[in-house]
Amino acid sequence: MQYTSQDFRRYTIRTAIYVMLLIGMLLFLLPVYVVIVTSLKDPATINLATTWQFPTTLYWQSYQEVIAAFGPRIWNSVTLVISATILSAMMGSLNGYVFSKWRIPGEKAFFPLILFGMFIPYQAILIPLFEFLRDIRLYGGIPGLVVIHVVYGLPITTLIFRNFYMEIPDEMLEAASIDGAGFFQIYTQIVFPLSIAGFVVVIIWQFTQIWNEFLFAVTMTSSDYEPITVGLARLAGGEAVKWNLPMAGAVVAALPPLLVYIILGRYFIRGLLAGSIKG
Amino acid sequence: MRNRRDRLIAFLMVLPTLMLLGIFVYFFIGKAVYTSTTDWGENPDQPALAENVVLTNVGLRNYENLMTDIIQANFRNSLTNTFFFTVFFVAGCTILGLFLALLLDQKVVAEGFFRTVFLFPMALSFVVTGTIWRWLLQPSGGINILPTLIGLEPIQFNWSNNQETWLQFRWEEVPLYLTTVGITILTIIAVRNVLKHNWRSLRFAAGAAVVVLLVFVAGLWNYIWPPLDSAVAEQAIAPKGFNGALLGIIIAAIWQMSGYVMAIFTAGIRGIPEDLRESARVDGGTELDVYRHIVLPQLSPFVTSAMIILGHISLKIFDLVFAMTGPDNARTVVPGMLVYTKGFRQNSFASASAIAVIMLFLIAVIIAPYLWSQLRTSKSG
Repeated sequence: MQYTSQDFRRYTIRTAIYVMLLIGMLLFLLPVYVVIVTSLKDPATINLATTWQFPTTLYWQSYQEVIAAFGPRIWNSVTLVISATILSAMMGSLNGYVFSKWRIPGEKAFFPLILFGMFIPYQAILIPLFEFLRDIRLYGGIPGLVVIHVVYGLPITTLIFRNFYMEIPDEMLEAASIDGAGFFQIYTQIVFPLSIAGFVVVIIWQFTQIWNEFLFAVTMTSSDYEPITVGLARLAGGEAVKWNLPMAGAVVAALPPLLVYIILGRYFIRGLLAGSIKG
Repeated sequence: MRNRRDRLIAFLMVLPTLMLLGIFVYFFIGKAVYTSTTDWGENPDQPALAENVVLTNVGLRNYENLMTDIIQANFRNSLTNTFFFTVFFVAGCTILGLFLALLLDQKVVAEGFFRTVFLFPMALSFVVTGTIWRWLLQPSGGINILPTLIGLEPIQFNWSNNQETWLQFRWEEVPLYLTTVGITILTIIAVRNVLKHNWRSLRFAAGAAVVVLLVFVAGLWNYIWPPLDSAVAEQAIAPKGFNGALLGIIIAAIWQMSGYVMAIFTAGIRGIPEDLRESARVDGGTELDVYRHIVLPQLSPFVTSAMIILGHISLKIFDLVFAMTGPDNARTVVPGMLVYTKGFRQNSFASASAIAVIMLFLIAVIIAPYLWSQLRTSKSG
């Protein structure tokens, strides 16, 4: 078989594409390699010169120490994430149903006003929020943080569900309504059963966002009720750091959202793209 | 569905959301604006956290101090840092994201796997990313010794403790730069309109240019950008420019967010009908022509979207800086960090609120038009 110059050109381009993809992959994964390797090294053997070398013996104790150091913070995060995610998903689903299928007075103004809430820098409301939570005696604990994440999660959950419900044909609801179904029957019998995928997108999105959040976590909790991200920042902050602990901590803090991403990546991307409005 | 009772129920169902967001977003913003005009936390006779603290209205003094007082030089540094961070972060993410999206558009094997790899940092917390990169950017380890693995010389660059400041400028020159940039952009628009014989837009651009020039000549900038109280001292203790210490944070942020841009562009590329590309190929266009004349023009609205989303993220960045260089590093300080340190460490609530309001204003300027145009086009579509 003869290679023509056109074939040659084509193969060169294909090879170049794969080489670039592999280099890109390497650059994206190198930090992961370093984190895992460092977290498994005996702290006595960690030094800058051997950053990239594999540990001589696997030292798992760092993970035990980190879990002990995080202590209640892991459970704080779990409680916070579960309650805030469920509440904001349920409210978002009802809102999305109303905004996609019902006419309410002033909706043309309300919807953009709701959406604006997800773009504001939360620093802008931080001090009034602190005063408010202190006044209603919710400052410092998990319930206060749940309220915060539910409220500031409402814009994105409402948006995702609204876009999702837009695709349910109006005729279906119209038919049910002629059969005498009211607001709630239409929701429970038609809309809700069709929205499993919508719930998966919203739950995954809220779960990762709340688990990863730091600003509210560090300003609105007292030390007993800190979430895991604050625990990690404490572990890694300060001058004389033993690097095995922050690295093991980073792995533990990253694991839940990362697992969700790897298993349900398709739904994660849908949530991600919903944040740039056009669904 | 047109039943009056059901419509009332529908309204009652969204009422809690409207009320909650009304309080937590709009009322709180109003409260922050109000707080920024008081002396809360600045008056030594009134302890900031006292039960019945008496506040005095000071008008715009907190804003004026932020712009002129030597004590608030840190705020001006934070604006400078945000500017350079935004420029390099947005440009870096957009270019890398576009590059990755185009690479993955070449019908490659294991496309899904590569996509998962490039996007996974988006699932991480900024605190996790910051912790990891702090270790990677240690002066005599990590990235710096990476070249030695293949026999090259180590990199000699001090990332997080870098003391250099590039592209230095003086704070009081900024109005001049802004005016120059404004006039230049308007001139380019005007020339393009002349070439296209678009006289109405030409008049608009020319009028705007005259306004910009008048603001400068009439000295109105002194109200928008009041002169520093002690320009010489400021130049000596807090020079403005692109701080080298920011570079590592920018790299970490690009590592985390470029996959997001890739995902936006991939969604855009998938929306281009295959016949459109096919017809260009039939017309004898090479693959490069297809990209230049079809794919890239179709992607331009997505480029705008991505840049606006990235820009607003970078204007409020906080956790990444916190995790990488700590809350008290003057070389990497950003406005979001100052709201935290001033408000929650020093209890200087009034000036923290003024910074917060300025942040909100900067973000609203780019987000509000974006939101408006997005909703307008999606309604008709």
